Amino acid sequence: MIRFIINRLLQGLLVLFALYTITFFLAKAMPGEPFTTEKNISEEAKAYQRALYGLDKSMLEQYVRYPINIITEGSFAVSTSKGRPVRDIIAQSFPNSLILGLSALGIAICIGVPLGVISAMRKNSWVDWGSMSIAMIGICVPAFTVGPLLQIYIAAHLPGLKVAGWGSPIDIILPALTLGLTTAAYLARLTRGGMLEILSQDFIRTARAKGVPSNELITRHALRGGLLPAIAFIGPSFAALISGSFIVETIFQVPGMGQHFVNAVIARDEFLLLGVALFFGFLIVMMNLAADILTGVLDPRVRLESNQK
Amino acid sequence: MPLLEVNNLRTYFHTRNGIVRAVDGISFSVDKGKTIGIVGESGSGKSVSCYSLLGLLPMPPGKIESGEAIFDKNTDLLSCGEKVLRTVRGKRIGMIFQDPMTSLNPYMRIADQIIEPLRLHMGMDKRSALEKAIHALDEVGIPEPDNRITMYPHEFSGGMRQRVMIAMALITNPEILIADEPTTALDVTIQKQILDLIKKRQKELGTAVIFITHDLAVISEICEDVNIMYAGRIVEKAGANELFANPRHAYTRSLLKSIPANQTKGEKLYTIPGLPPDTSQIIPGCAFRERNQIGDQNKCLTDSRPEFKEIEPNHWAQDCPGCLS
Repeated sequence: MIRFIINRLLQGLLVLFALYTITFFLAKAMPGEPFTTEKNISEEAKAYQRALYGLDKSMLEQYVRYPINIITEGSFAVSTSKGRPVRDIIAQSFPNSLILGLSALGIAICIGVPLGVISAMRKNSWVDWGSMSIAMIGICVPAFTVGPLLQIYIAAHLPGLKVAGWGSPIDIILPALTLGLTTAAYLARLTRGGMLEILSQDFIRTARAKGVPSNELITRHALRGGLLPAIAFIGPSFAALISGSFIVETIFQVPGMGQHFVNAVIARDEFLLLGVALFFGFLIVMMNLAADILTGVLDPRVRLESNQK
Repeated sequence: MPLLEVNNLRTYFHTRNGIVRAVDGISFSVDKGKTIGIVGESGSGKSVSCYSLLGLLPMPPGKIESGEAIFDKNTDLLSCGEKVLRTVRGKRIGMIFQDPMTSLNPYMRIADQIIEPLRLHMGMDKRSALEKAIHALDEVGIPEPDNRITMYPHEFSGGMRQRVMIAMALITNPEILIADEPTTALDVTIQKQILDLIKKRQKELGTAVIFITHDLAVISEICEDVNIMYAGRIVEKAGANELFANPRHAYTRSLLKSIPANQTKGEKLYTIPGLPPDTSQIIPGCAFRERNQIGDQNKCLTDSRPEFKEIEPNHWAQDCPGCLS
């Protein structure tokens, strides 16, 4: 088990390095440069700025220096557009995204999983058709439609709920719903599929032949296997949820991390871009690992294989 | 009065391509402690008839159209409802299945699976149930049962899993054991062990066994009464010795003739030509007419289904002149 985790962490390091390389060169390939503004700035001033941020060095040197600085100093360089260390920017915005993402995931699991299980139990009934149609709508309708709808029809009518803003804990509700409903829809469909697959297995017939009542058939015999596809999905999607969404943050004015992904590109701020991209990559690697460990806990056959390797 | 008496059971599947008459009016009975065999080709309806008894068919598309299955004088398994049926399943009627590799839950420890009937039907606490389960594994010949019981199914071989299935089905001392091709998925050496095990446990516990198979050698080894099924109906029924010594129906004779061991070496093996009839079509006459080579095809009934009659004392067969000649 420990060997398996170490193995996967080393692989993750490789993934992060590949991600760094691609992001670095893509950022370099962007047209324009960070210090161009509406005002006409002298070439000398630009050169001074470039030297300040280390952008005057050769591309190879910059490519090598960035990861070395991370390892030796824990420094993720300084954002060219904000003039502050990237680490501080992430440290300040990530907690907001984390709270929002966790609430969204909670909503998604509480709605999606039970809906999927019920649909699978009542396959081809109106409950199944109904919830799966709603789930399909949930997948198809984008957040920039759901968000404003919630603002218009819920926030505007319920006292205490604000249309936008991020101050009191109650402000989490609407953005978390907007984020969570889409994930809930995916989860519902995945859970339904996983449960249907398991419920058609021979061992379910064996359990019925033993006289297992139908509620226990689901909870004891089918759920563990039926949740596996959903768990494989939750891992990476959790990473995406907690690293913020530009759209939801813009609609509800949440000071989260998602805005930086887009703003960094607009401002040609390659250090901020690298910082959030690598952080997001790190979260994905860790969540995938967590999902794999959880899969191993639920499926004994997987556990054995990872032990042997 | 037999322990289980099945009368005129009809199970149809309502599919998009029409009604498949998988089981079309079969009757048989099982006496206490006795073993009956149900033999037939794939698709002849032998498994479906047993699944119907325990309500294990997916419904829809399956539907039990008619019949009764009187268990222990007063319970009709076909009409008693899920609640009563659940007290019979796994307690008074145990079942083992064809493929031991997929019939055990891969996500649960053997222990949790095997004590489930005790927990559900006997209300036993976990500790005494575990003790009994270890004892049951020991009796079906699993070495180191107290250690083995904590393992998962994938850590067992196919033969071992079938032993677990047998232990699990018999752990509540059921009055009937339904064995649905329990040896088909195993190698020949393991087959023999499993058959011996079923016989041994049956003798010790006095369980009646309904043995479903397409293997006539297995039937001759284990069964007292044999029912030969074809196209959803029983075509011949007799004691095992009588049936093998004096087969009357053309289908039974063809089956016996196609056993490789009974044929002369070097000659081409005999096979029954053609395929079983499509049971989604109404068969107006004798269902075996098309494939009947051993009897007289021309004499087979074409306008009415042959009646199931006692043609000799305790020897029943479908009364079709072509098939009996």
